[in-house]
Amino acid sequence: MYSYAIKRLLGALPTLLVLFTLSFFLMRAAPGGPFDAERSLPPEIEANLNARFHLDQPLYQQYFSYLEDVVTGRFWPSIQYSDFNVKELITNGFPISMQLGLAALLLALLVGCSIGALAALKQNSRTDYSVMALAMTGISVPSFVLAPLLVLVCAVWLGWLPAGGWNNGALANQVLPVIVLALPQIAWISRLTRGSMIDVLRSPFILTARAKGLPWLLILRRHALKPALLPVVSYLGPAAAGIVTGSIVVETIFQLPGIGRYFVQSAINRDYTLVMGVVLFYGTLIIVFNFLVDLLYAWLDPKVRKEYTS
Amino acid sequence: MQSRSLWADAGRRLRANRAATVSAVLLVLLSVAVIIGPMLLPWSYDAVDWEHIAEGPSAAHWLGTDQIGRDLLARLLYGGRISLMIGVVATLVSLVIGISWGAIAGYFGGKLDAVMMRIVDILYALPFMFFVILLMVFFGRNIFLMFVAIGAINWLDMARIVRGQTLSLKRREFVESAVVMGVGPLTIIRRHIVPNLLGVVAVYVTLTIPQVILAESFLSFLGLGVQEPQTSWGALVNDGAQVMETMPWMLIAPAITLALTLFCFNFLGDGLRDALDPKEQR
Repeated sequence: MYSYAIKRLLGALPTLLVLFTLSFFLMRAAPGGPFDAERSLPPEIEANLNARFHLDQPLYQQYFSYLEDVVTGRFWPSIQYSDFNVKELITNGFPISMQLGLAALLLALLVGCSIGALAALKQNSRTDYSVMALAMTGISVPSFVLAPLLVLVCAVWLGWLPAGGWNNGALANQVLPVIVLALPQIAWISRLTRGSMIDVLRSPFILTARAKGLPWLLILRRHALKPALLPVVSYLGPAAAGIVTGSIVVETIFQLPGIGRYFVQSAINRDYTLVMGVVLFYGTLIIVFNFLVDLLYAWLDPKVRKEYTS
Repeated sequence: MQSRSLWADAGRRLRANRAATVSAVLLVLLSVAVIIGPMLLPWSYDAVDWEHIAEGPSAAHWLGTDQIGRDLLARLLYGGRISLMIGVVATLVSLVIGISWGAIAGYFGGKLDAVMMRIVDILYALPFMFFVILLMVFFGRNIFLMFVAIGAINWLDMARIVRGQTLSLKRREFVESAVVMGVGPLTIIRRHIVPNLLGVVAVYVTLTIPQVILAESFLSFLGLGVQEPQTSWGALVNDGAQVMETMPWMLIAPAITLALTLFCFNFLGDGLRDALDPKEQR
């Protein structure tokens, strides 16, 4: 198990390095520097700023001092919100984004796995077709179409739920954002679960269990569920990435004070440092999450586990 | 008994799939409408009708007009041109990169294969959408850059699929006989490997186009997509969402068109996969 963890870690590290390197050179290659604001600075101040952010050094030294800045969490100040630095904006917004994201991930797992399994058990029935139709809708309707439509119906026309705002995390304010975040993932997870469940139910060990006369529910619980859900575990990484991307849309539409909304603002305002900070932060988060999912998968899958413990 | 080719067989199975057939027909109609529609309309996508500003659907403007009096139908059709074009072109970009990468890695094998697939693995774990955003922020909005950037995200899947197929294809007799006859490896890849990948590629293309259209819409939503007065479906949906309480027609028509198009591509892709995959025969 440890050797597997080390191997996976060795896989995650180059990815982190590529993330960092690409972002560094993108930022360097961009036309204009971070201090080309509308007003031109006096030369002494510009020299000072350049020295502070190591812009006066040769490129390879800049690369390493930037690496040091990022690793030690010394983010550059945001250009747009000059009173805050990127780190403060991220630490303020992240708890909200994380709360919504985790709720959406849990909802997607619960609903996706159960309706996917249901569809597989009743393959080619009406239940199956309606689950698959729902899944197709979840895949085909982008969140920035779904969110305004839901607001229009549930908030504006019916008045059941608030149209937006955080309201200190009131439950009613979280319902619509979480649903919008979860729906595309419900769609993918249910398709995945249905496919793998159908495969598993056809496999010899299930036939054996049935031939031995075990009750159907026991077979499902003890023999079918775990192998059928393994592909879902490996989908957790992409699901998290999808939820992060979705949160950018959802936080903007529902006006939630998470990271995503700052991100959109900073993208529109060309706030280089803030965009950079969020990309590095979320990129690292997703890579680390993928690493943890890999470990979980190895722990669950006897084939991988055995290869590394024996 | 008459023999049937793979493609005739697949075509027969595809026609039996009603959802896929309807989707294909709808997509053809939509493409025709998007290509010739703007020429038939009395309004161009950026023309302002001062008599009808911010009005709902009427005889003069079938889908209504926006806040500055531009015909929504004209803008919808024009935006469709952009969205579909980005979908097709970016998919072709990813196709070219993905097929070459996967076929070369799979055919030559060994160390080259290991290194090339390791690179794919590393890139695969990167949140690429964020890099497209960085690109658009740093280098400004540029349709050409967008094609390349979105295409560059999507080639990884293609490379993996093509490599797997190539690995099994290169052991087949017709490849061996080509090797024996002294045909060079790049010619073999071009003449014998790639044509046999077309089935997989066709499925992949129909499933990638909607993803690319989605990615472009997402960028437009962030304000990083095409620039006014040009538009795309994503940009129209975004504009509509901002005024949906007072002008719901601005949201409804583009939202339905975008979702319907994505629906059709996904249904067609699923149908093609079922038709070309003999394992799924029922």
